[in-house]
Amino acid sequence: MTAAIAGTISNLETRLTPIIERYRGKVGVAIPLLADVQKEIGYVAEEAVEYVGTELGISAAELFGVATFYAMFRFQPQGKYVVRLCRGTACHVQGSGRVAEQLERSLGIHDGETTEDLMFTLQYVACLGCCSLAPVMLVGNDVHGRLTPEKAVAVLEDLRKAQ
Amino acid sequence: MSKTTVTIGLASCGVASGALPVAEELERLLAGREDVEIKKVGCIGYCYMEPLVGVERDGKNYTYGKVNVEILRRIVDEHVNGNKIVKEHLILTDGTGKQDSDSGSENSRMEKQVRIVLRNSGLIDPKNVDEYIAREGYQGLAKAVQKMSRDEVIKEVLNSGLRGRGGAGFPTGMKWRFARDAKGTQANASNPNGTDKYMVCNADEGDPGAFMDRSVLESDPHSVIEGMTIGAYAVGASHGVIYCRAEYPMAIQHLDIALGQAREWGFLGKGILGDPDFDFDIYVKEGAGAFVCGEETALIASIEGQRGMPRPRPPFPANSGVWKKPTNINNVETYANVPWILLHGAEAFNRYGHGRSKGTKVFALAGKIKKGGLAEVPMGMPLREVIYDIAGGIENDRKFKAVQLGGPSGGCVPEHLLDTPVDYESINATGAIMGSGGMVVMDEDTCVVDVARFFLAFVQKESCGKCPFCRVGTKRMLEILERITRGEGVLEDIDKLLSLAEQIKDGSLCGLGQTAPNPVQTTLKYFRDEYIAHIVEKKCPAKVCAALIRYSIDPSRCIGCARCSKVCPVKAISGEVKNPHHIDEEVCVRCGLCKKTCPVSCIELSSGDTDPKASVA
Repeated sequence: MTAAIAGTISNLETRLTPIIERYRGKVGVAIPLLADVQKEIGYVAEEAVEYVGTELGISAAELFGVATFYAMFRFQPQGKYVVRLCRGTACHVQGSGRVAEQLERSLGIHDGETTEDLMFTLQYVACLGCCSLAPVMLVGNDVHGRLTPEKAVAVLEDLRKAQ
Repeated sequence: MSKTTVTIGLASCGVASGALPVAEELERLLAGREDVEIKKVGCIGYCYMEPLVGVERDGKNYTYGKVNVEILRRIVDEHVNGNKIVKEHLILTDGTGKQDSDSGSENSRMEKQVRIVLRNSGLIDPKNVDEYIAREGYQGLAKAVQKMSRDEVIKEVLNSGLRGRGGAGFPTGMKWRFARDAKGTQANASNPNGTDKYMVCNADEGDPGAFMDRSVLESDPHSVIEGMTIGAYAVGASHGVIYCRAEYPMAIQHLDIALGQAREWGFLGKGILGDPDFDFDIYVKEGAGAFVCGEETALIASIEGQRGMPRPRPPFPANSGVWKKPTNINNVETYANVPWILLHGAEAFNRYGHGRSKGTKVFALAGKIKKGGLAEVPMGMPLREVIYDIAGGIENDRKFKAVQLGGPSGGCVPEHLLDTPVDYESINATGAIMGSGGMVVMDEDTCVVDVARFFLAFVQKESCGKCPFCRVGTKRMLEILERITRGEGVLEDIDKLLSLAEQIKDGSLCGLGQTAPNPVQTTLKYFRDEYIAHIVEKKCPAKVCAALIRYSIDPSRCIGCARCSKVCPVKAISGEVKNPHHIDEEVCVRCGLCKKTCPVSCIELSSGDTDPKASVA
C-alpha cells in the first residue's frame, strides 16, 4: 500500500514518519496530528490520512470526521498565497462584502477555491481579531488593513507582478 | 540624565499597522547606546493610533501615535537625544508629575478607564517575566499559596463578585467551589477530594468583533497563567489546558514563552512556591476554527481530539469534564482578573461596579467609530460614554444607528437605549448580552436587516448540526432574511421569523442555538420599520442591500471623463468621451466603484422609487 501512495505524493512515508512518531501512544491527538499532516503535505490528503491512521490505529473515518468539522482543515492543494479575507462583524459593516465580490471577480474563483495557476487560494474567515483595521485580509502572514475593493485587488496584482 | 526607555508596541494590531519597519529603524538608530533601552511591548488599546512609540524618562512617560520611520527619526533626534517633546505626534502622557502643557490629545480616553485586566498590557515586554514580576506579578499567587487556605481563596473570589467574562456571567467563585467539591480520582491526605482535576482556559474567542482575549494573551500572558494557577490551587487541579485559537499565532507564541518562564521560576511544576502538595502544569492546545467550541462541553470534546459537539448537561464539567475528570473552565479575561483580586482583596475589586456586576469589563471597540481599540471601563458606565467619550463617536460624524453587543449571540441596541449602563442585567434587559465584550458600532449607512442576515449566515455555518432546530431552523431563517434583502419578502415572513426564533431557542441544546435568533429578534424589536421598508416598499433605507439599490448618472453633471467606465468591473457603463455616460442596470453589480471614482460626484445612489428590479415581487 505504501508504495502505491508514494506514487501520488512523493516520499509520503519519509515525510509522515516523524509526525506519526510524535503522536504514537498518545490519546486525543486527532487535531494536532491532522494539523501537522496539513503543514507537511499542504492539505489533508486522503492517502496521507489513511497512512497515518493505519500506523496509529485510528480509523481514517474518525480522522476525516474531525477534519471536516473544523475550519482550519482543507482538502485540496493550496495556492502559493492563501488570501484570508475577514468576514467578521466589524469588517462586514465596513464593507468587506464588496471587497469579497471584487476579489471573486478579479480572481475568477469563490470562497475556498484556488486559481488555476495555483497562485491564490481565497478563504473567508470568521474573524482575524484586527477589527480596528477593518476591513482586513491576511495574505500569507501579512495583514492588510483598511481595505477597499481596489486596494485588495492591487495587493494581489503586485504579488502576481513580482513573479 | 537618567536612563531612557523607548517602547514600541508590537502586538498584532501594531504589526498590522506597520510597526515592524519602525522597530527595525529604532534598533538601528539606537544600536550600541547604553543610555537608552528599547522595550518591545504589547497593546495598550489605542489600536487606531498604531504604531505607538513611547519614551520613558525620569518617571515620565510620553506616547506617540501613528509613528512611521520618519516620525521615529524625529522622536529619537528631538526627544530621546534632545529632550524636546515632539508635540504634534504626542497622544498620551502618563507620568508621575502633574499633567502639564505636554498633555497628549488622547489622554482623556485613558483617564476614563480603570485598568485591572489590562494593568500591564502595553507597558511590559510580554516575553520578559522580570517585567511582569516587577509589576506585582505572581504576588497574588504567592499570597494564595503561602498565606491562604484553598477555601479562603474561593471565598475571596466569591466575595469579589467576579463573574465569567466569557459572556454568561456565572459567578466565578461558585464555579470554583463546584470543581473543588467534585471528587477527583487521586485523593491524598492533604487533598481528600483528589488532585486529578483540570483547569481549562477558554481562549478560543470565536466572536467576530471581539479581540480582547487575543490582546491580553499577546500583551500580558503571565496574568492569565497566574490566574489559572491560583484557580488550580483553589480547586485542587493538577492539569491545566489553555485552548487557544490557531488563528492567533502571536498569542500562542507568547504563551509558550511565558509557560517556560513560569516553570523555570517555580510558578508551575511540582511543589509550587514551596507547597509540597501543589503540583500543577499547563499546556496550550490549539483550536482549529469552530465557533461552537466556545461552548464548554464542545470545548472539552475538542480538547479530547473529537469533533467539537456539545452534549447535554448534567453532568456538568465540574463533575465530568476533560477525560471525565472534574474540570473548571473560565475565559481569559476572567483569569486575568484573579491575581489582582487576590493581591488587592475582594473589596478593592467590588468598589468598582454596578448592581450585581462588579469590577471592570474590557470592550473591543470596532465598527463605524473614530477610535477603534480596547478599553477597560468600570461596570455601570453608560454605553453612550463608552461610544462617544472613549471610542470618539461616529466616524465622519454620521448619525448613530445601533451598537451590536455580544456577537452572534447578542443583539443590536438602538439609540434611545444608549444610556443603558454596561452591566450584565441591564444589557440583558435590552435583548442583547454582554458577551465577551465585542462592541460593533453601526451608523445610518448600515442596514440592520443585512446585519441580521450576516449573523444568521454565521451561526448557520457554525452550527454543529446536532440539534435539528439549530441546523434546519437557522437555515430557514436565513433563507427568509435573504429573500427580504432581495426585495422578495412578504409581511408573513416577520411572523415566521419570530416563531422560528422561539422554536430554535427552545429546541437547541447549547448556547449557540439558544442565542442564534437574538440578532434577528433585537433588530425586529427596535428596527421593524426597516424590515417593513424592505418588504413593502422594496427599499433599503441604508442603501446597502444590492438588489434594492441602484446607481445612476446625472447626465446634466457628467463631464464624460470616462473614469467610471474604466473602473467598472463588469463593463456596465457606456458612453462617449466628453459626453454623458449611462449605467446599464441589468449588468450593474452595485459595487459602487464608479461612485467613488467620479471626480464630479455625478453618480447617485438610490433605493426604492423606480428601481425596476425591486418591483418584481
